[in-house]
Amino acid sequence: MFNSLPILSMLIWLPIVGGLLVLAAKKVSIDTARWLSLIIALATLIVSIVLMRGFDSSQYVMQFYEQIPWVDAFNIYYALGVDGISVPLILLTTVITVLVIIAGWEIDRERIAEYLAAFLILEGLMIGVFCALDAILFYTFFEGMLIPMFLIIGMWGGPRRVYATIKFFLYTFFGSVFLLIALIYMYLNTGTFEIAALQLARFNEDQQLFLFLAFFIAFAVKIPMWPVHTWLPDAHVEAPTGGSVVLAAIMLKVGGYGFLRFSIPITPYASNQLAYLVIAVSLIAVVYIGFVALAQRDMKKLIAYSSIAHMGFVTLGFFVIFKLAANNSSYSELALQGGMVQMISHGFISGAMFLCVGVLYDRMHSRQIADYGGVVNSMPKFATFFVIFAMANAGLPGTSGFVGEFMVILASFKANVWFAFLAATTLILGAAYTLWMVKRVVFGEVGNDEVAKLKDVNGREFFCLFVLAIFVLWIGLWPDPLIEMMDASVAHLLYQAQQTNLPL
Amino acid sequence: MDSLDINSIDSLSSLFAMLAKLLVVMPGIALLIAALAILMISLFAGRKSEYLTFVLSLATLLGVVFLILLGIKRPDVVLFNGMYVYDELAKLIKLLVCVTVAVIFIYARPYLVSRSHSRPEFYILGLFATLGMLVMASAQNFITIYLGLELLSLCLYALVAYMRDTNDAAEAAIKYFVLGAIASGMLLYGMSIMYGVTGTLSLSEINTYLANVNDLNIGLIFALTFIVVGVAFKFGAVPFHMWVPDVYQGAPTAVTLFIATAPKFAAFVMAIRLLSDGMQELVVDWQQMLMILAVLSLIFGNVIAIAQSHIKRMLAYSAISHIGFVLLGFLSGENFGYASALFYTVIYVLMAAGAFGVLLLLKKNDDTDIDALSEFKGLGKSHPRLAIIMLLVMFSMAGMPLTVGFYAKLYVLQSLVYNNFIWLAILAVIMSIVGAFYYLRVIKYMYFDELEQSLGTQNALVANTVLSINGLLIIGLFIFPNYLLNHCVNAFQ
Repeated sequence: MFNSLPILSMLIWLPIVGGLLVLAAKKVSIDTARWLSLIIALATLIVSIVLMRGFDSSQYVMQFYEQIPWVDAFNIYYALGVDGISVPLILLTTVITVLVIIAGWEIDRERIAEYLAAFLILEGLMIGVFCALDAILFYTFFEGMLIPMFLIIGMWGGPRRVYATIKFFLYTFFGSVFLLIALIYMYLNTGTFEIAALQLARFNEDQQLFLFLAFFIAFAVKIPMWPVHTWLPDAHVEAPTGGSVVLAAIMLKVGGYGFLRFSIPITPYASNQLAYLVIAVSLIAVVYIGFVALAQRDMKKLIAYSSIAHMGFVTLGFFVIFKLAANNSSYSELALQGGMVQMISHGFISGAMFLCVGVLYDRMHSRQIADYGGVVNSMPKFATFFVIFAMANAGLPGTSGFVGEFMVILASFKANVWFAFLAATTLILGAAYTLWMVKRVVFGEVGNDEVAKLKDVNGREFFCLFVLAIFVLWIGLWPDPLIEMMDASVAHLLYQAQQTNLPL
Repeated sequence: MDSLDINSIDSLSSLFAMLAKLLVVMPGIALLIAALAILMISLFAGRKSEYLTFVLSLATLLGVVFLILLGIKRPDVVLFNGMYVYDELAKLIKLLVCVTVAVIFIYARPYLVSRSHSRPEFYILGLFATLGMLVMASAQNFITIYLGLELLSLCLYALVAYMRDTNDAAEAAIKYFVLGAIASGMLLYGMSIMYGVTGTLSLSEINTYLANVNDLNIGLIFALTFIVVGVAFKFGAVPFHMWVPDVYQGAPTAVTLFIATAPKFAAFVMAIRLLSDGMQELVVDWQQMLMILAVLSLIFGNVIAIAQSHIKRMLAYSAISHIGFVLLGFLSGENFGYASALFYTVIYVLMAAGAFGVLLLLKKNDDTDIDALSEFKGLGKSHPRLAIIMLLVMFSMAGMPLTVGFYAKLYVLQSLVYNNFIWLAILAVIMSIVGAFYYLRVIKYMYFDELEQSLGTQNALVANTVLSINGLLIIGLFIFPNYLLNHCVNAFQ
């Protein structure tokens, strides 16, 4: 029944047009703008649930396909479709956006409409990235996302927001222009920008290496991987709470998604050749960045570094498949699925962690760990949530953080014991930096008088954290529905990864 | 293509046939007659003459646009012993020039009125400059090109000095005039050497001559070099860019808007006529020259723009860097590249018109020009609509998707990769990252900084409406690019 509707276009344009309406609604009253944006975010969520219900997870082909010619001169199409890899990410986007809108309810009364509109437009663009089937359309959304995020950090950020947001913008822009050149190069060789056709195109060794490196720069900056990660801590520290949440929960995933859509299927030969590079960089992220996180005094910075370490697991999972023997394809699938689960799970956990820091920051206007202590005495409900999410961040079994990491470690064990050994250090390091932070912030003596006077979470904040906690525990205890949704698509991706795409 | 020999009229019927063919020249003739008429009217119209001239000039431009559209379906033709060509490119450039000049007049008038400087001369000089550009668009002979170019340049020199009581304008005008005269001299010198070598001034005959020459003689190389220098000067490409920042800054903003927009079409079409129509055979030689010009323009334009705190100066250096992109498209020396350069020029003019339009519609309380970038502080709060337009223009100039500037860059990059200039393409994108920095800084002032000094706006409904449309086009053309793109492609087939 719903298959006749252009559901994906609705998912993209509903929040974008809605965001513009919210801007207009500001003229009526602030409350109109707020409620309108909440309604739009909820409507988008409902459409995404319809999408999930209508999605047939037993097939890997693109579903809800839409195609309209867009730019004749360059053969660009407005082509949309989803598979088992994009649907979970779209759901993550719609859920997180609703929470961000609710969490941003009280922020900056003067420019609240602009704030909420920016997030809605950003939502539309992010969904666009996950369903674009045309490379230029993908690039449009991939780059377009920068504009609202640039404004969000710059307009509502902290004292060094200008530095942080320009760094964020230029870094990501730097990465993506190489992607653009790679796309043009492929277009001139194949005559198409259609991603599916590019995945079937054949390129020789040198071409593949060149293309792979161009993709790698773009997505490594976005994810971000060591050593091009330095924009992320700055952006996170200066961004408003909502900005940090979206950045960590969704925008970083775009990089991982890019690896799955472009690098692995289009240049499998080069991916295979350079897998050791990606794995090495991922392991450095896990170990080295883990130590860096340990040394942080600013809560947001600590979570930002922990994000980089966790995303290292994602890329490790994606590329360790090339180091597994061909007869181990069940482990390869495990690795890919582990990376995907890690992306989704990290979306919820990091979003929740940043919301928690936001809750504290709204009250104390400080992110320094040293300014807190004994928060549990004045904010027991908050402390409960914070501890749950911290445990999940540390990868405690029973939370979503465990599932993905475990799958990836298991698979890398088959590839090389040392990969698994280094990856597993995260269980120690992650626990160390997260729990040590919790210990210093939540437990212990009451740090100062201000902490003693803190008010516990209100209903709005409670709701946001509660929803996130449900997801974290759900994926932790029963990840099957999530894994089943991506099963066929991951199997197909693995098949693509086992080709070489070299000229016959 | 059929040609017409004016000397061979022997009967009435052939006279009619000739008149029918002359219809294609009508836009230019009509513009000339109207401009002269307006000049006379303005002398006798008394106090109202300024407003009357403005309205009549707009009406003239609309009429010319109408005449061009009337002949848009007519087949290509070469007239007047090969002096004048009527082809797709000429039609498109003429349309674009007339529309741009009309928009310039609309943006400029409130600014000029508020400074008590709205005099008929501005519009009349503008019309004659337009005539010069129309002549250049159809030129197929060194003489016609030079005629059109000088008509345009002399009007521009006078326009820069238009507010003669300000020192800056006088200084800018002198610089522009002296450097412009040298460049015209260079061009003329190149043309005369070329005449000496080939014995003809006609571009098509020169191309035929070059096709039959096996080895390059020193004269040809000299001629080519001087002609390229002349073209580069008119574009404002590094290292012939010295006039650009000073003229942009010193001229009244209304005139800067003029210089920054319509003449770019003229420079582009002049380059096409000279280098493609006339010297396509020497493509390997001028390609290398343009490559150096383009690379230097990209690097110097973008890097020096970072250091500017004066908004018009920053836009001047940004213009230089955009010219670098136009030349990158141009240097591939085939239709794909020419079309990409044309498209880039069109989009650049659209963006520059938007940027200067915003500058023209803002005013400080003491009616002086907006100088420093920092005066934009808090514009997002005090003038949300103008700030949004500026925001779109800046993102578009940076080449971000969701704005039409993206296609402009995409097209040029495609032509580069297509012609195997991958390293140039990489240099171009790296330089556009450098460029993004100073465009973002404008946005930073408008949106991230607190309001310090509140600016006023010109109370002009028409100008504001046109400016809003200008801003919307930057997004609109991103979503619906086909019409414009296809016309640019068709101009070179």
